[in-house]
Amino acid sequence: MTELTVDSATSRVSPDTSVLSDTAFLTDLRRQMVKFANQQLSNSHAAEDAVQEALVGALKNAASFAGRAALKTWVFAILRNKIADVLRQKLRTVDASSLLREDEEGENFSELFDPKGHWQKDERPAIWGNPQDALRQNQFWKVFEMCLEGLPGNQARVFMMKEFIELDTDEICATVGITTTNLNVMLHRSRMRLRECLEIRWFVKGEHA
Amino acid sequence: MMNCHQTTKLISESQDRALSLPGKMSLKMHLMMCAGCKNFSLQVPFLSKAMKAYAAGFDEKPKE
Repeated sequence: MTELTVDSATSRVSPDTSVLSDTAFLTDLRRQMVKFANQQLSNSHAAEDAVQEALVGALKNAASFAGRAALKTWVFAILRNKIADVLRQKLRTVDASSLLREDEEGENFSELFDPKGHWQKDERPAIWGNPQDALRQNQFWKVFEMCLEGLPGNQARVFMMKEFIELDTDEICATVGITTTNLNVMLHRSRMRLRECLEIRWFVKGEHA
Repeated sequence: MMNCHQTTKLISESQDRALSLPGKMSLKMHLMMCAGCKNFSLQVPFLSKAMKAYAAGFDEKPKE
């Protein structure tokens, strides 16, 4: 995959040196990593450690990357593995009761479904056409990130564990200290919410057209 | 007969485990008659696909 944007620094100097001397890029990358690690580990010390290790590991080989985008992909791949390791080792890094509390307080879907459990007329999922096309559009990823950030903390956490770090459901349940039923409920809710957000802000709104 | 709420739960779970045969059958029956859930059943796998692309392709996203 190639970088979609080329800035003046990349075009002037060789990629390896430009990445390492681009403090704005490195600072921004680090900030994004810390944010993600904190969300997953809910322990800022462990999160900082994971980010640090991932950065050090990746930057050691920075010369072999073709540019910022490749480095960022690599660094996040390392970070995901590190977080998965930490999660597997330290079971129950988060207070399970807080997860369940939030879950109980979660939305009850009465806005989405009528009393018989059928879609409310204006909440029925619409046709998205060819959603794959969106994956190639920069603006879509901004909307996607915004929708992800709109998920309640614990829903976001298990959803990211499942779909981003790619832990399997048993590992997530053991790590977070919830039952499969709890997890199914949380994943269901996060998918409902994410779907609705993307539909409203992208697929139906037609902002990208 | 499953309602839409139950159907969306089953569709979500189908991302995480293999459904039982009766589960698959009732899902199929419902989807034949319900456009909303049919759309939902196409969107949920897309979420997963988008997350994979998001995880793998940070270079496809714009720089902040």
